[in-house]
Amino acid sequence: MIEKTLKGKPAYWIWLAFLGMFMAIGAACYIRQYNFGLGMTGMSRDVSWGLYISQFTFLVGVAAGGVMLVLPYYIHNYKEFGRITILGEFLAIAAIVMCMLFIMADLGQPMRALNVILHPTPNSMLFYDMCVLCGYLFLNILCGWVILTAERKQVHPPKWIYFFVYLSIPFAVSIHTVTAMLYCGLPGRHFWLSAIIAPRFLASAFAAGPALIVLACIILKRVAGFDAGKKAMNKLVTIIIYAALLNMFFVGLEFFVGYYSNIPGHKFALEYLFFGIEHHGHVYNNLVPFMWAFVILAFGAIGLLASPLAKKEDNDFFLGLGCAMLFVAFWLDKGIGFVLGGFVPNPLHEIVEYVPTANELAITAGVWATGFFVLTLLYKIAIGVEHEIE
Amino acid sequence: MDKQRRKFLKIAGVSALAGIGAPAIIKLTSSNAVASSGGQEAAAGHAAPAAAGHGVAAVEAPQGVRLGMVIDMRKMAEQPGQLDSAIAACINAHNIPEFPDSKNEIKWLWKAPFQNVFLDHSSYHSSTRVANTPFPALCNHCDDPPCVRACPTKATFKLAKNGVVAMDFHRCIGCRFCMAACPYGARSFNWQDPRPYIKKYNADFPSRMKGVVEKCNFCGERLALGQEPACVEACKATGAITFGDLNDPQSEVRQVLDNEFTIQRKTNLGTKPSVFYIV
Repeated sequence: MIEKTLKGKPAYWIWLAFLGMFMAIGAACYIRQYNFGLGMTGMSRDVSWGLYISQFTFLVGVAAGGVMLVLPYYIHNYKEFGRITILGEFLAIAAIVMCMLFIMADLGQPMRALNVILHPTPNSMLFYDMCVLCGYLFLNILCGWVILTAERKQVHPPKWIYFFVYLSIPFAVSIHTVTAMLYCGLPGRHFWLSAIIAPRFLASAFAAGPALIVLACIILKRVAGFDAGKKAMNKLVTIIIYAALLNMFFVGLEFFVGYYSNIPGHKFALEYLFFGIEHHGHVYNNLVPFMWAFVILAFGAIGLLASPLAKKEDNDFFLGLGCAMLFVAFWLDKGIGFVLGGFVPNPLHEIVEYVPTANELAITAGVWATGFFVLTLLYKIAIGVEHEIE
Repeated sequence: MDKQRRKFLKIAGVSALAGIGAPAIIKLTSSNAVASSGGQEAAAGHAAPAAAGHGVAAVEAPQGVRLGMVIDMRKMAEQPGQLDSAIAACINAHNIPEFPDSKNEIKWLWKAPFQNVFLDHSSYHSSTRVANTPFPALCNHCDDPPCVRACPTKATFKLAKNGVVAMDFHRCIGCRFCMAACPYGARSFNWQDPRPYIKKYNADFPSRMKGVVEKCNFCGERLALGQEPACVEACKATGAITFGDLNDPQSEVRQVLDNEFTIQRKTNLGTKPSVFYIV
């Protein structure tokens, strides 16, 4: 099936070349960072995780979001998702590839990465994160490939694959739960030390992941003549709206706990993120615009997606716009605010702000481009098979 | 032909997976890593009476050597330059680089105001001496260290023989999970090659490479030679820092603890710090 990636319209090749350019720039910048050290980034002693780990956290969610297609189709036998389930599985593969690249980019000694396997440490959440991420990657490659091969041959998938399909559902939940546990089990980081982090991560994942799939379907309809079906789209939008509302509800709960209890540690990071903090005569507020953009975009997107505009038969512009807004909103929430906000204040109650460097941004863009490159190839295969059997 | 290739790929894939996974599985099953990481501790913890708040009733390790220190701030204030010389001794002993900017800073022992070191103690109307004396901050060599719990490679670990939380600079992958986990901000990362910034090279202690985490080691290398930690020695004139086995009732440090009211940093997190302060 891989041969399907080798034939395409000029637009396909231009798109791949466009992504390839970012990948090349990212690789060159990574070599610089590898040689110099992580001092090439904006991270510091006080904000010791930056864009790489926050992108990783967000993308684990995108990967887990694919389960919102797998679950209705395989457990509830919701036939409308039959055509797009493979898109969810392939999106998960691309997202996990990005996650792993971001982890590698973030390591101070990447050549020692295998120490996690050579010296397995079951009391570290990072060990479990590696286990579940590798497991979920493997499951998605296996299930996606076997089912697509069966589809191509127009036969039923082998019975044994359903074991792995069902197994992939708890695995999807586990990857994001364990990723949340990286944060919420740390003493002394009040912003992260909250039992609602895992459910909040899952809620935003189940909105952002499917939102990206809807966007992909709209694009595939235009460029590849692949129609996912309006009914499937509308169902996805329903899932997205509920998950997005849940995430906003959970964010609101964090505010209640912080502000009503009035415990400084619980509200400090929220105050810093949303309103800015004045500390020793200096105002620290460089994340405030991002956080308000998150709130406005998220509620705007929910409103737009819930309105009849998004359900129009002939025009999917508003549907696409709503999903894009939601994806960006939750990226701002989890891919920027959550991780960076947790480092303010530092354990000695000092405030240090983080600004990524150009080199760091180029590596980040390069990893995203790599993910979309992989996604394009995988979707090309999936659509190619769809067209072949029609 | 095609079938053979498929078969080969299958076998190759399975063996590659097994090859990568096998060492981990062997290690996990042969050493009782899970059980040893706090079985005894947990048992002791359950026996303790439950107290209010976030685990205030944390039980300290009752047996074995547990090194710790008491820092007497009254004596520290007698000679204000003393803490600086202790920091300088620490820097010399451990080849700590001195970067001009705070972004790259490596700190093992450093100065900070009382209100920053003791966040859960009120500094509202504190005495002039407390308000004006910089407090030393360092790794607390916790009895239940969150950094050790977080480390995915056992590159940081608690020494069974004396309770010191140590680092293996050659195993550290530089993930910085321990930095996020430490509630005392005691860990530093080598964002770039530290060697050009080491002012005076000490051949008795290794310098580090870029990309690894480091922190105070209670001068494990000096203890092995029967010496006191460098900071303790630097404050010898006033005896502002007392060092020794917290579990030995006869030790000097225990004499001080028995006679003075001491405080520790962030005890409500259950980390059980081994560094005490007399304010």
